[in-house]
Amino acid sequence: MTGFAGTLALTRLALRLDRIRLPIWLLALATMAAASAGSIADLYPTESDRLGYATTTAVNVVARAFNGTLSSPSLGAIVMVEIFTFLSLFAALLSTQTVVRHTRLEEETGRAEMIGSSVVGRFASLTAALLVMAGTNLALAALIALALVANGLAVTGSLAAGAAIGTAGMAFGALAAVAAQVMEGSRAANGTAATIIGAAFLLRATGDALGDVADNGTEVTSAWPAWLSPFGWAVQARPFSDERWAAFVPLGLLIVAAVVGASLLSGRRDVGSGLLRTSRGPAAAPRSLRNPLGLAWRLQRGVLIGWSVAVIVLSVSYGAVANEINTVVGDNEQMRELMNQLGGSENLVKGYLAFIMVIFGLVVSGYAVQSLQRLRGEEAGGPLESVLATAVSRPAWLGSHLTCALLGATWLLALSGAGAGLAYGLIVDDPAYQTATMLRAGLVQLPAVAVIVGFAVAAFGLVPQRSIALAWSAFAVSVVVVYLGPLLDLPQWTMDISPFTHLPAVPVDAITAKPLLVLSAVGVALGVIGFAAFRRRDLRL
Amino acid sequence: MVSSLGDMTTAISVSDLVKTFGDTRALDGLDLTVRVGEVHGLLGPNGSGKSTTIRILLGLLRKDSGEVRLLGGDPWRDGVALHRRLAYVPGDVNLWPNLSGGEAIELLGRLRGGLDAQRRADLLERFDLDPTKKCRTYSKGNRQKVAIVAAFASNVELLVLDEPTSGLDPLMETVFRGYITELKQAGRTALLSSHILAEVEALCDRVSIIRAGRTVESGTLDDLRHLTRTTISVEASRPFDGLRKLSGVHDLVVDGPRATFEVDVSVLDPVLRHLADLGVQTLTSAPPTLEELFLRHYGEELAALNGNNHVSSGNNRTPGGGR
Ligand SMILES: Nc1ncnc2c1ncn2[C@@H]1O[C@H](COP(=O)(O)OP(=O)(O)O)[C@@H](O)[C@H]1O
Ligand SMILES: [Mg+2]
Repeated sequence: MTGFAGTLALTRLALRLDRIRLPIWLLALATMAAASAGSIADLYPTESDRLGYATTTAVNVVARAFNGTLSSPSLGAIVMVEIFTFLSLFAALLSTQTVVRHTRLEEETGRAEMIGSSVVGRFASLTAALLVMAGTNLALAALIALALVANGLAVTGSLAAGAAIGTAGMAFGALAAVAAQVMEGSRAANGTAATIIGAAFLLRATGDALGDVADNGTEVTSAWPAWLSPFGWAVQARPFSDERWAAFVPLGLLIVAAVVGASLLSGRRDVGSGLLRTSRGPAAAPRSLRNPLGLAWRLQRGVLIGWSVAVIVLSVSYGAVANEINTVVGDNEQMRELMNQLGGSENLVKGYLAFIMVIFGLVVSGYAVQSLQRLRGEEAGGPLESVLATAVSRPAWLGSHLTCALLGATWLLALSGAGAGLAYGLIVDDPAYQTATMLRAGLVQLPAVAVIVGFAVAAFGLVPQRSIALAWSAFAVSVVVVYLGPLLDLPQWTMDISPFTHLPAVPVDAITAKPLLVLSAVGVALGVIGFAAFRRRDLRL
Repeated sequence: MVSSLGDMTTAISVSDLVKTFGDTRALDGLDLTVRVGEVHGLLGPNGSGKSTTIRILLGLLRKDSGEVRLLGGDPWRDGVALHRRLAYVPGDVNLWPNLSGGEAIELLGRLRGGLDAQRRADLLERFDLDPTKKCRTYSKGNRQKVAIVAAFASNVELLVLDEPTSGLDPLMETVFRGYITELKQAGRTALLSSHILAEVEALCDRVSIIRAGRTVESGTLDDLRHLTRTTISVEASRPFDGLRKLSGVHDLVVDGPRATFEVDVSVLDPVLRHLADLGVQTLTSAPPTLEELFLRHYGEELAALNGNNHVSSGNNRTPGGGR
């Protein structure tokens, strides 16, 4: 058993490194579960409310795709179907990142090598990572069960619900351990694990969307793709209906197989590299890589491609359900309120379309902030020092990244408007007009995104060390104001902080130039401040 | 210091340069002159301000006060134009993880205004660097090689090298020295910082020694040797009693007919005359290495580090005390 020597010490070290990260995640997820359980109990207090929920969601393809199928019209089952997708996705991501972090990332930072030179067995680091991951999921399962029981739900069902989420998390954590042995580095391993999670989600969503509704109008049998997904297996535990504990057997087998596989593979790779050979690149640079703009594009294009795919999928699905808005929103008072405030109540579909464009405005701001995060990345841990010692001026370098961020944002907004417009237009048989209208509704968001972009640039110029946190805070404030503002009845000045508050709600309202010009001017002014400050300051390496 | 602004024979001139970071006074009146065509060593221990000086010379940091001229221009104002004429190898080379080494080299060369493809190929071969690997997979030494290849393959007047060999193995260090010699013959200028004395001794025409942000000595190696002592070991038939009374003789150790001592270069002549009367049988003299120069300047610091505050600098030849 010398292969396992040092496992305990490494486990303790991993727990110490994660002593803040893991508890925060666990608490946040458990709080989500508790909050959802409470609000659903309020929303559907009577038997007939729940039956209504069950019948409307059973025939709603979109609801089935996002949430999965309802196992019975009981309160617990409704809670389960409302929380499962979200919590199991986060459990899966948390698990995969934990495993990769304590295996490959440790190797990359060199800490593992340092430890590897003392008495640590071959399997110790992998075992420690898996133990921490499994413990996290056990704790998560227990906390979720506790949160549900605390809201008055049955103990058996609560345990099954917690177990379904925790076991799904463990399964993806174990698969991530395999990816960690195979892939060339921690980023690639995390990427592969995220892809597996995404694929499993899509399989489950497709299977549930294609499922058959039973004669009673509430029960749905999933189609075969759902059976290929660990998420699909986990919901077969049917908490709060007729708990089927046998559903955990396939998940257990998957976990065991993945752990054994990862252990066997770990013996066949060197510390610091994966089984797959590190990919190589060209010996000479392509022609496009010859100025700061070419470099910025090269560094940013991967991110933009990822966001483009996400925006296309999201906008087409949001657009496709626009016409079914009454069933989608259903009895959800909060959603109705939100859309009425944004779009006005006389036309719910237009209100919905205007609302989702604000969501895309926020999504694209997220892209812009992530893209501009690279400014600080290149400065602090990176090659900016070398670049600015060549014949590249500071404004040219900053301008190149800014150009990529702004053009990328414009492209994504156009994509989101066109995607939603086309999908909705095809359904109402008016694709050309709807695409053009929604394209404009998407692009109208640009001045608000520009304010966030300007803010990020100003923060980079003035307070580089805090710039990433500040830029994400600006983004977070906008998200909170858009989502919670109308519900919490925030005072107007608070609402006004978010640039998105000032936009015309296209297609409900006509496009008015004044707010767009004012927002653009604010964005430009912030950007100018950022450029001026960056020209004047020291590089903070 | 003589002002040499606009002087065509001066590549770099710095006087009374001050730079503070919050409470830290990183540079405290630093002076530096690098002439066109010389390889100049900037020598000092870690934290003495070498990198800070170089970054101000490149316009990456802003000076607090003092005069700085580089290739006849102001590095803060005219950075872009000046940077076409120089190449920089940072002390800690960071590259783009997703670019290959070859891409990074060519990119840096192009951003500087072009690079010589033939030289690049030679350099890659002599430095034994695989340009198809992603930068993410390179060790510190290999990242340094990328920057060195990009710098040497550019046709520039001035090379600025911040501890360029700190990650290279001895074989590669020899290759590096070969290129510096070549560059010197081609009449180009280099500023090279180091805390390794042997490197500076082997490569540089002139040296500036800095300590705590100030220049403590500057000149050719020969100039600096005049400031210090020569170690003499001698075997003679008559006793060494008279030697002790001569001024400028230090650390005399007598062991029967043998004696070892240090002597200030300024009094070498009278001491040798004195020895001549003692019936010398063998005599060896060793010029001070830069190591000794260095220890003389940092003697106090080292003594403080060793917890031994009362040792005079001359006695403080602690083995392993040097860096
Ligand atoms: N960005 C910075 N912020 C604060 N202190 C700094 C910074 N850069 C350098 N220093 C300090 O300035 C001094 C000189 O540093 P540096 O020029 O890097 O020395 P060297 O290159 O000779 O090792 C050190 O005391 C260092 O800690
Ligand atoms: Mg340094």
